[in-house]
Amino acid sequence: MANTKSAYSFAGKKQKLDTHIIVVWVDNEAGVLARVVGLFSGRGYNIESLAVAEIDQKLNISRITIVTTGTPQVIDQIKLQLKKLVPVHKVADFKREDNNVIFKEMALFKIVGSKNKLEKAFKACKKYNAVLLDKTNKSNVIQITALRREIDNMVQNLKKFGLVSVSRTGAVAMTRGAEVFK
Amino acid sequence: MSKLYSGAEIVFKCLEDQDVSNIFGYPGGAVLPIYDELKNFKSIKHILVRHEQGAGHAAEGYARSTGKAGVLLVTSGPGATNAVTALTDAYMDSVPLVCITGQVPTHLIGTDAFQECDTTGITRPCTKHNWLVKDIKDLAHVIHKAFEVATTGRPGPVLVDIPKDIQFQKTAYKKYKKQKKINGKSHNNFSQENIDDLIHLITKSSKPIFYTGGGVINSGPKASELLREFVHATGFPITTTLQGLGSFPADDGQFLGMLGMHGTYEANNAMYECDLMINIGARFDDRITGKIDEFSPKSKKVHIDIDPSSINKNVKVDLAIVGDVKSVITSAIKSLKKKKSNFVKSNKQKTSKWWEKIQKWRSKRSLDYIGSEETIKPQYAIERLYELTKDKDAYITTEVGQHQMWAAQHYKFNKPNRWMTSGGLGTMGYGLPAAVGVQVAHPNKLVIDIAGEASVLMTMQEMSTAVQYGLPIKIFILNNEYMGMVRQWQELLHDKNYSESYTAALPDFVKLAEAYGCVGLRAKTPEELDDKIIEMLNTDRPVIFDCMVDKQENCFPMIPSGKPHNQMLLGPKDQKEKKITGKGKTLV
Repeated sequence: MANTKSAYSFAGKKQKLDTHIIVVWVDNEAGVLARVVGLFSGRGYNIESLAVAEIDQKLNISRITIVTTGTPQVIDQIKLQLKKLVPVHKVADFKREDNNVIFKEMALFKIVGSKNKLEKAFKACKKYNAVLLDKTNKSNVIQITALRREIDNMVQNLKKFGLVSVSRTGAVAMTRGAEVFK
Repeated sequence: MSKLYSGAEIVFKCLEDQDVSNIFGYPGGAVLPIYDELKNFKSIKHILVRHEQGAGHAAEGYARSTGKAGVLLVTSGPGATNAVTALTDAYMDSVPLVCITGQVPTHLIGTDAFQECDTTGITRPCTKHNWLVKDIKDLAHVIHKAFEVATTGRPGPVLVDIPKDIQFQKTAYKKYKKQKKINGKSHNNFSQENIDDLIHLITKSSKPIFYTGGGVINSGPKASELLREFVHATGFPITTTLQGLGSFPADDGQFLGMLGMHGTYEANNAMYECDLMINIGARFDDRITGKIDEFSPKSKKVHIDIDPSSINKNVKVDLAIVGDVKSVITSAIKSLKKKKSNFVKSNKQKTSKWWEKIQKWRSKRSLDYIGSEETIKPQYAIERLYELTKDKDAYITTEVGQHQMWAAQHYKFNKPNRWMTSGGLGTMGYGLPAAVGVQVAHPNKLVIDIAGEASVLMTMQEMSTAVQYGLPIKIFILNNEYMGMVRQWQELLHDKNYSESYTAALPDFVKLAEAYGCVGLRAKTPEELDDKIIEMLNTDRPVIFDCMVDKQENCFPMIPSGKPHNQMLLGPKDQKEKKITGKGKTLV
């Protein structure tokens, strides 16, 4: 065996990564987002996207939605480590492929161009719940809600119609049906 | 209207209600109001350290030897940053600490004020939780909550940052009533079914082993008693981690010694060959498992731990039991007795071959070393220290390095809370201040820091603390003039390129002791060692003992990095006898 020249062992085999959406209910207090995000960076976990806002003003609860990738073991660790944080109330975990869960991201597009291009751009957005938020003679601001990859594709498509600026959120998630995650 | 108290008073009111009798600290601008109140609270004794890291390790020593939370009080900025090493150390080794830091007044936070730092930001990754108190009305609640978080579940450090203006402001204080089970997050999360599964595995196994860790000690002295009962009720062999030493008596026939990188041959081979591994309160650390892909390949693994995130983190287990060790063992003993009334006897046959195998491994005598008439072998020094102190119920702390491993191998612990060492973080300089803390908690006991000359210099200034408070700690330095463990790795892996591991200008430790106002002793030959140790033990003052040991000695046995448990390097004695050299040193 090769001389490892290390006080530590080498990393084992690389395993397959899955994409998961982790939803965390936390006390909305100073530093809570830093705790959650610091846990991810400190332990080497990924964050693909992040969405956070207060959802209950009376109880002072915020809901953080994190899209992450990891091996099953890492995903388990993420959940268990999150649950150890004092301001964390509960943690939900959904697989990206899960049909019982709705995932949505929102994007705002600013298009600058001729009337013809503006129209084409809006038409292209239509299948993603497009809303025209602002309109001038040579520009439009369009809002769409869709999945991450759909928005990625739209960003590519709209370039030829004069897309000049993109602003987008992280994913938010909710289960289908009457059930609520406890 | 009820009486109003200042923030500084509330700090001490809270400490009183938490039955805190000693705090370790160092004053500074942002904690002066708190220090001003100290005189009004006679039940709380403050120990002035010489460096905030020392306060942290002293509080750790106090906590580990008593099972109570250790408390430290330091100022803002450098006071807080100096405490970070100790907080991280406590976090890694699950030691309950409450660190109270001063902060610049709230209106100056964020202005880069004098001695300002983002204390809660810096300590977020090395505490279980921390708080910046911005409203005087929250202060009492936060401090009590801090104690609760530090001491419940898997223990650990917490920090409360109190701006100076909050220390002056006044509010009412309600006496704190300790509630039972206040923590919403329940720690016992196992079912009778889990216990039945465990008992089933126990009755089926023919090659079992217990592998126990610091969790047993953190669960309280009762847990160690129960562990003894459980192990005796099964007749199974047991090995403990570095942090678990003392949870099971080292002189018991079922004890195989410590396992891991510098564990015994029998313990590591038994871990490799076993068919059932029962992990109680240990965390499959990389110093324990060696190469993870080849870790104990044939065994069913049970993991009993209070922290769910420890389970399946490094090693996938077959049965996880989440709960307090004490509660789990209590249930397990009950169920075992119910199911098999005299299990030890009825199961003896089944494990007899296993025990034979273990005896064979034991006969290797892997902790043996080649003695010497001329120089003091470090192992011999520990052996003699043990023999001369074993009836004194001594408390042992260590620094980090070869001496630490030799102490773990050759000093035998029969009781919990007697062994304080930095395992997870591996903090050189831990042992001396930790000894200060232990001695504060146990004024009439013998407290020895088994040290290396390199480590001890990192926190040597705390000798001054020991002298100030008349704490008769004994600093037993195994002096080989090298950072021994660094040199050992360089010898093994870096072609003996001893890069910067030799300390060329060491102080004269005897004169250093005298300069601090304590007693210095030196032993150079094996002949005079016993007399000098006895002289040390008979000295009712702090002692620095400069034990000049063999400079070349290495710590064996050893699992080299990246190797599994069954490929240990044994000591020179074995190598000589077998005439194995070079590559063959790795036994298969």
